Amino acid sequence: MSNRRPMSKTTARRVSMTITYIILALCAVICIFPFFWMLTTAFKSTAEAYLFPPTFIPKKWLFSNFTNGLQAADFATFTKNTVFLVIINTVATVISSAFVAYGFAKFPANGSKFWYTCLMATMMLPAQVTLIPQYLLYYKMGMVDTYWPLIIPSLFGGGAYNIFLYRQFFLSLPKELNEAATIDGASSFQTFIYIMMPAVKPVSMCVGVMSLVYNWNDFYQPLIYLNSTRKFTVAIGLQFLNSSMGTTKIGQMMAVAVVMTIPVLLIFFVCQKYFVQGIKMQGIKG
Amino acid sequence: MMNEKKKKKISGIQKRNNLNFYLYISPWLIFFLVLTVYPMIKSFILAFTDSSFNGQGNFIGLENFVQAFTMDPRFWAAFKNTICYVLMYVPLSLVLSFFLGWLLSRNVKFLGFWRTVFYLPYITAGVAVTILWGWIFNGTYGVINYILSLFGIQGPNWLGDKRLALGCIVVMCLWSLGNQILIMLAGIQDIPDSYYESAKIDGASTLRQVFAITLPLSTPTIFFNLVIGVISAFQLFNQPYILTQGGPVNSTVTVAMLIFQNAFQYGKMGYASCIAWCLFIVIMIFTGIIEFTQNKWVFYDN
Repeated sequence: MSNRRPMSKTTARRVSMTITYIILALCAVICIFPFFWMLTTAFKSTAEAYLFPPTFIPKKWLFSNFTNGLQAADFATFTKNTVFLVIINTVATVISSAFVAYGFAKFPANGSKFWYTCLMATMMLPAQVTLIPQYLLYYKMGMVDTYWPLIIPSLFGGGAYNIFLYRQFFLSLPKELNEAATIDGASSFQTFIYIMMPAVKPVSMCVGVMSLVYNWNDFYQPLIYLNSTRKFTVAIGLQFLNSSMGTTKIGQMMAVAVVMTIPVLLIFFVCQKYFVQGIKMQGIKG
Repeated sequence: MMNEKKKKKISGIQKRNNLNFYLYISPWLIFFLVLTVYPMIKSFILAFTDSSFNGQGNFIGLENFVQAFTMDPRFWAAFKNTICYVLMYVPLSLVLSFFLGWLLSRNVKFLGFWRTVFYLPYITAGVAVTILWGWIFNGTYGVINYILSLFGIQGPNWLGDKRLALGCIVVMCLWSLGNQILIMLAGIQDIPDSYYESAKIDGASTLRQVFAITLPLSTPTIFFNLVIGVISAFQLFNQPYILTQGGPVNSTVTVAMLIFQNAFQYGKMGYASCIAWCLFIVIMIFTGIIEFTQNKWVFYDN
């Protein structure tokens, strides 16, 4: 009896772990399968894509879907526009949110608590409430159908969430770091650039990679502010193509979708470490 | 004398702190005042006007609200759909993310692999993937209906069926749950081992440990996911806009979509602002309830 108990316990553990792996594998298949489907459809001719039952491996690999699809709209320009926006917004977000967070973290001023509460409250504010007057403001300044409305939020603080992440990290840095710099005669600005920014590099990487992906995928803001086709981003261009050819040329549509998903996948696989760190940083402390 | 000097010195430091503080936060402060506070007030005022595309209009009192509540069938459809979506998506997302986060926390092998796989749908969630889902859900050629046909089931026209379309969007959004799963995982991993050790000594089963330790101590993370989830779910826009344009028969029209259409397609800035404020009030009621019940079910460890 006393011999059997631990035995049955390890068996129970083994069974429950096996079930765990089966569920995880099932979920993994569900996560991956749509990508596989996108990829195979991208190589199918229209006739083959509309076969029922569908083929899982294309009978004939049609590479022309990629060339034709990418030429169906001006994707070279869309990509150029998006890369431009992604780079500007990422650099601006990293610098301006760190700058603002430094103020929140290191200078206990009159009213700093009040403004910090305001900052946190904006995270709960749905975009729709401010959207229309924001649009009207940009409209009056002649900024509709320019990139300014898409860049200005990154220049001015880069979003409450990023400021919050930086602030947490600045607070965890030892006070002595600041004091030593002040004694050495560094101005607060020099301290920020030469001591603080290098010290918060892990946060900068996380904020940076998340901003890259966010800006590449962003659909809502460009949809509202951009009107002329030559200024479109990739996201808007894809929807533009989707609404014009829809499922009639699904192979080409999927081919373009594949190409436009690849940059995000690349960023993700190269910078995976920082995404994981970013998640750990947001966690419960929110 | 000494005291006065000290006071002066302190106020000098305080002054410098104030100056530096407002200097550093100024980019955000400008944004906050000009592009958050002012627009909030302005959109509240706009809600009582018949403003058109350029923002010019006359004060018309409660007419927008009267029109929304009594004459616009799409208004009620949008709120019904959005609230239905929130009530389906948010609880499911919490249960799934807790369950999968817990599975991942069980010392599984290849944790990095699972994490990557679960995170992929989240990171790629954009227009491309949404269009892909439209193809997967296709009623005639879609792969889901093919899989169903293997079991002899004639699949419905998912996105074209007014009873199913919103549910399809829920499924699509649950697919990109990766971020929440990993936040849950991080939260569960933060629970000190000592809790489990004492439970094991007491002979508590795995299931009992989950409900007595893991779940209660994860409530701060669940709370975080709940609040973020509710606020973002109420703003659902991309998926229905891209896939169904609100159809069939307004079954997937959402509040965010209604605001977008009224403001930027029909040029009814006043009416759109009125809907936006209704949405804001509904979100505040929901988050208010969550905050209010917080101390009944969220356990903070300190």
